[in-house]
Amino acid sequence: MIKIAVASGKGGTGKTMVATSLAEALAPDHKIQLLDCDVEAPNAYLFLTPTIVDIKPAVIHIPVIDYDQCILCSQCVEICEFNALAMVGEKIEVFEQLCHGCGSCSIHCPAQAISETPRKIGDIKFGSFNDDRPIIFGELTASEPMATPIIRQLKATMRSDVEVTILDSPPGSSCPVVTTLHDADYVILVTEPTPFGLHDLRQMVGVLEETNTPAGVIINRDGIGDKTMETYLENKPYPILMRIPYQEKIARGLASGILLLDIIPNYRSAFLDMFLAITADLVRIK
Amino acid sequence: MMSFQPKHLKQLVILSGKGGTGKTSLTAALAHLTAKSSIKCVLVDADVDAANLALVTGANPLERHNFISSKLAWIDPEKCAICNECYEVCRYNAIQKPVENFNSYKVIDLLCEGCASCFYSCPELAVKMFEQQDGQWFYSSSTYGPLFHAELFPAAENSGKLVTLIRQQAVRLAENDHAYPLIIIDGPPGIGCPVIASSTGVDLALLVAEPGVAGSHDLERISKTLDHFRIPKVLCINKSDIYPGGTKKIRKFAVENQITIVGEIPFDISIPQAMTMAEPVTEFSPRSPSAVALHRLWVNLQQKLFGAET
Repeated sequence: MIKIAVASGKGGTGKTMVATSLAEALAPDHKIQLLDCDVEAPNAYLFLTPTIVDIKPAVIHIPVIDYDQCILCSQCVEICEFNALAMVGEKIEVFEQLCHGCGSCSIHCPAQAISETPRKIGDIKFGSFNDDRPIIFGELTASEPMATPIIRQLKATMRSDVEVTILDSPPGSSCPVVTTLHDADYVILVTEPTPFGLHDLRQMVGVLEETNTPAGVIINRDGIGDKTMETYLENKPYPILMRIPYQEKIARGLASGILLLDIIPNYRSAFLDMFLAITADLVRIK
Repeated sequence: MMSFQPKHLKQLVILSGKGGTGKTSLTAALAHLTAKSSIKCVLVDADVDAANLALVTGANPLERHNFISSKLAWIDPEKCAICNECYEVCRYNAIQKPVENFNSYKVIDLLCEGCASCFYSCPELAVKMFEQQDGQWFYSSSTYGPLFHAELFPAAENSGKLVTLIRQQAVRLAENDHAYPLIIIDGPPGIGCPVIASSTGVDLALLVAEPGVAGSHDLERISKTLDHFRIPKVLCINKSDIYPGGTKKIRKFAVENQITIVGEIPFDISIPQAMTMAEPVTEFSPRSPSAVALHRLWVNLQQKLFGAET
């Protein structure tokens, strides 16, 4: 299986546009699945309009203190790296939203007074598009802070009997992004040729240099901004895979929920060609 | 233009749910407009993953500080007895079993959450926890007032803590110097930890939405998040003319949820042009349609922020 992640440092550069059109272009002839890992703003399903077949809760395992067993040694408070436990008066209190679900407190409680219970922080939804191609996406519940555990669970539900997995990444370059990208075979970086786009692309390149993942770049809204992006990319091992010009027609079509390759049908073959180029590149690297 | 000196420090955060809706361009324009008015502001760039406000406000760093926050585990190969305890307790798949030529368990840094469960489990005391520098933060002078911004290192953790830290610095400055009645915070995209850290305790959130299925969807999610924390909010529609159907939907959402729309900014090529010239659009092209709309927005915002005090 090849895992291709679509990522960008800056938000709103067109990750979902690329991921959904790539998925739709490949779907007829390749066994693919799409994972929308942007659990804070999961939008891929709005474009692929899948039939939802199952919903599972995304959970974090938080500690439950058995106060009859608790000897108030406060070891759990000391070992919790996330300050999710505190001694309040004569009682250990759990601050649920700070808990990372590492289980260290329950494992190391000398009195065995801590068990764990699942706390729902979102949903994982299973759907199918283009007849029977799976799309799996996570949704962080509003007011919940932690996206990364959902992404981890989402990736654990990934099917292994497919040819290609497309991962739609969240924006940025910190932990939710790294969790999405860490085992990807190839990363498509989507950017725009503006100073913001360049600054945030640099951040992403920092991540990729750490993980040593091969990647290529799609320049979206080509024509706005300036040429500094191209100059920067000349000295990087990341080829320009595609340029998508700024066009009102595209902006309007995407706004109404239409896939890029349905707005401009030529993109179907463009995405297929890009996929071939990526697979050829991966073969060459190996 | 109103000219009054508000009595209390106010904090305004710019948020959007969806990325790329124009938060930073809008923040820069507001910074420029406040600098021209009697209301001086302190700026905070809370999008520490993709910190761009400094690029368009002529920022000049005065101070640079390391941000040391998370920890990583490290296994001493000399001490490791290959007992598998660390592997068993780690829930992040961050422990690698011994591979050829390397006769010890090993921590995969990128996956390590820093929970220290392995540290407490190792019978050989072979695990050590090391503090990590996750990024750096800056106190800069900008053309439009003091700016606190930060850079989280690629792949680093704790963006929420870093946001909280620079916000505290901004509050401290504004409280010590009463010339600054307002803090403007350029927020990150999404609804999770760094967004919550950017918005706790603010007086007002300005939501920037763009018309369209994704824009509407993400607006609903950020709006719900703010409701949960009881943070007052107003709304601005950016690129309001690219998809009238979507704009209508946002207006309807605003009415149903009793959110005031303080501005509608048309699609305007001056915005990316201004960005390329490293200027707020209100400075770069004061007569452009977006700049005119932003002027109006700022008047409405002042009313919302300070109206009751005048």
